[in-house]
Amino acid sequence: MNVLLKLENCTIRFGGLTAVSGLDFDIREGELAGLIGPNGAGKTTVFNLITGVYPPTEGSIFFDGKKLNGLKPSKITQRGIARTFQNIRLYDSLCVFDNVRAAFNLRLRHGLIHSLTRGPKFRKEEEEVADQVMDLLKLFNLDHAHDKICKSLSYGDQRRLEIVRALATQPKLLLLDEPAAGMSPNEKEELMRLIHFVQKEFKLAVLLVEHDMKVVMGICQHICVIDYGVKIAEGSPEEIKAHPKVIEAYLGVAPPQPEESSRA
Amino acid sequence: MKDGRIFLGLALLAAFALNALGSSFNAYYYDVCVSIGINIILAVGLNLLIGHTGQFSLGHAGFMAVGAYTSAMLTNHFLPSFLRLTGSTDSTFFSHCFFFAVLMIGGLGAGLIGLLVGIPSLRLRGDYLAIVTLGFGEIIRVLILNTDALGASRGLSVKVSSTDLFWSFGLAAVTVYVVASLVNSTYGRGFLAVRDNEIAAEAMGINSTKYKVIAFVVASFFAGIAGGLYAHHKQFLTPEGFNFFKSIDVVVMVILGGMGSTAGVILAAIILTLLPEFLRYLSHLNGLPHWAQPLLENRLILYSLILIVIMLVRPQGLFGELRWFSKLGRRKTQ
Amino acid sequence: MDLTLFLQQLINGISLGSIYALIALGYTMVYGVLRFINFAHGDIYMLGAFFGFALAPLLAQLFPAGAGIYGAVAILLTAMALCAGMGIIIEKLAYRPLRDRPRLTVLITAIGVSLFIQNMTQYFVGAEPKGFPELIPIQAIDGLGKLTVLTSQATIIGVTLILLFLLRFIVMKTKLGMAMRALSLNPTACSLMGVNNGRVISFTFALGSALAAAAGILVAFDSPSIDPMMGNTPGIKAFVAAVLGGIGNIPGAALGGLILGITETMVVGYINPNLRDAIAFAILIVILLCRPSGLLGKVEREKV
Repeated sequence: MNVLLKLENCTIRFGGLTAVSGLDFDIREGELAGLIGPNGAGKTTVFNLITGVYPPTEGSIFFDGKKLNGLKPSKITQRGIARTFQNIRLYDSLCVFDNVRAAFNLRLRHGLIHSLTRGPKFRKEEEEVADQVMDLLKLFNLDHAHDKICKSLSYGDQRRLEIVRALATQPKLLLLDEPAAGMSPNEKEELMRLIHFVQKEFKLAVLLVEHDMKVVMGICQHICVIDYGVKIAEGSPEEIKAHPKVIEAYLGVAPPQPEESSRA
Repeated sequence: MKDGRIFLGLALLAAFALNALGSSFNAYYYDVCVSIGINIILAVGLNLLIGHTGQFSLGHAGFMAVGAYTSAMLTNHFLPSFLRLTGSTDSTFFSHCFFFAVLMIGGLGAGLIGLLVGIPSLRLRGDYLAIVTLGFGEIIRVLILNTDALGASRGLSVKVSSTDLFWSFGLAAVTVYVVASLVNSTYGRGFLAVRDNEIAAEAMGINSTKYKVIAFVVASFFAGIAGGLYAHHKQFLTPEGFNFFKSIDVVVMVILGGMGSTAGVILAAIILTLLPEFLRYLSHLNGLPHWAQPLLENRLILYSLILIVIMLVRPQGLFGELRWFSKLGRRKTQ
Repeated sequence: MDLTLFLQQLINGISLGSIYALIALGYTMVYGVLRFINFAHGDIYMLGAFFGFALAPLLAQLFPAGAGIYGAVAILLTAMALCAGMGIIIEKLAYRPLRDRPRLTVLITAIGVSLFIQNMTQYFVGAEPKGFPELIPIQAIDGLGKLTVLTSQATIIGVTLILLFLLRFIVMKTKLGMAMRALSLNPTACSLMGVNNGRVISFTFALGSALAAAAGILVAFDSPSIDPMMGNTPGIKAFVAAVLGGIGNIPGAALGGLILGITETMVVGYINPNLRDAIAFAILIVILLCRPSGLLGKVEREKV
């Protein structure tokens, strides 16, 4: 599989604080990757780097072979990277339908003038968009709520809507920022199935930032662990589970030596 | 939305018919009707910027001034030669063509200034944007005040009064059509997305700066058109007529109508055009206690009370949506 | 270059700048604790002048022979106290009920309050300018050679310095002052630490309004014509000064006021008197586009 996203020696400094330092990280096409680390490790900062909210102080980010450094977030989304947010950022005054509809903007063929002249091409495209929106909503069981205000949806549904909205931008890579936050165990099971489904159905690569180890170990094929902005481990779930540095970062103690624990 | 274009056609016909009747109106009522049309253009245009895109601008009067003075100068300097060139007299097809051209140029000029002002200013948020637009509005006013060719503080007379009910209501209908059509399209949802959650909008591929600038330019364009209409109606312009209080006039219309609601804003524009006239009528009634007259004549006393009461009791205005409004920059206080 | 003229302009500028500084301090303190631009602040300055105007005949009645400097000080302090009260009342009535509402709502309310105060004052006293009595005889101070420094200017600068000293003392050395500073950093933590946020906010408004009132009286000492709209232009200019120094930053407001006053005087004196009002707006635009956090302010980032 080709490398889709490549972070090369990425560093970002905010004044005196180095949030991320020298990060090297790849994601391949169609891969389901995870980014984990203790609180404050810099995971959301990495997301913000990839999506262009901040430019890296040093290093480069490549997507599909092209450099992303310094591009505006909207440009990066046009290139094919979409994301959800740690705190839900839906369009509160718009109904569910319009939340997804607005995400089709970047792929529109018509623009400002056509909205005014409203010729047949415009109307045709509007119909196409409306169909695509309903199709997406149906796929995620949200079509019945299409004219509801997002605030009236359950928390789990709102999170799902955010994912649907991100998918409407037709990305190649989907970034999910703590999608399981605030969910019950059942909802988390649902979410894991959903992410698998999304990955297969839309042929996407997915990068997940998540605290819940069950979710991460359950679905990720490739995990990167960071602590204090530095990568401390990378590999498959089994490798990461046993990695001493990872255990130390999360628990703060080195695992006991085998000879001591055999003395029962 | 086929209905939109049909509506526009019907509205233009209605404006034409109204204008034919208009000659039988009392001059005072005629004046008020023309003002209603002008205010609708101002308010609906500003609503695109403030209500639909969430950018609070306090310098709208400046763009109105640009349109007013530009069109006035063009008429004063070029109308006679134009009429001579086409060999026609006053109220004919040609002078109307000229008027339309002059209005458009005034609007484009205002739109251009809007572009120049908007691009640097729209990087700022909330309070700062309000203050900087106020600043630009004042700078425009001061520049006009210090330009002799524009009449400075003495004022500028406009040679012809080309504005009639057809132009006023016709262009108002066009404004409503443009803003409503723009916003009610997939493209136009972008404005609302920028208003509701700019960061999310950017992440969904919407270039928020582009949308903000477009809203700013469109609003300024229509303010310029309104200015041109105003100039050819009152036939006399002074910089003082385009000061901060004029900007506030339009802002109150947008707020009263409910930011983001085109229908509400139209209604508010009508109400707030009629209200000062009504107050003036009341203030001249017989048997009024002497303390009441200046209270009614100074419309700003009532306006400011309206503002305060609306904000305390119903900040979403007549028809606005409370939801988005309540998300805008929530204050984290005690 | 004529040194005397330059020094003359400098003194004028410092005097003007002191007024801007006093008003700017009110803007910056309120912004610091509430993150809110009090549009009505310039009108408190105007009310200060008018309170003095209303009190002067009373003073003349009590002391027919003239009360001299004691009378002037008494009027200054009384006007400051009255305006401090006004500030507290306005905050309680118009701003506090909107505590949890979006900033835009309060901004619009502030505009409404400002217009209301101006126009109600106009309703009561009429729109024509009134003459403020000359409580301190305006004359040039002797012994400065070719420099003309008026007693009123010296008063402005002197009183401003005293007030700035007092303000610094209050903000740095008293518990209320410390509470103000804490509130501007983290309101939630403040209330959790037992601070009565409401009381501190009222105090902030009172302090800012008192300073604005002082500015109003001092200006009235200097140029005796006052009118209900006099708060508009100095109000917006003082706001620019606060932004210039870094809004929320107290020394910044004083610095910004001074810089604005001197710049304005210099431009009017050496370049073009017509540009007087445009200077402030030009500075505002440059600052907001180049360094919105101001000279002494810090940059605030939004968390994504």
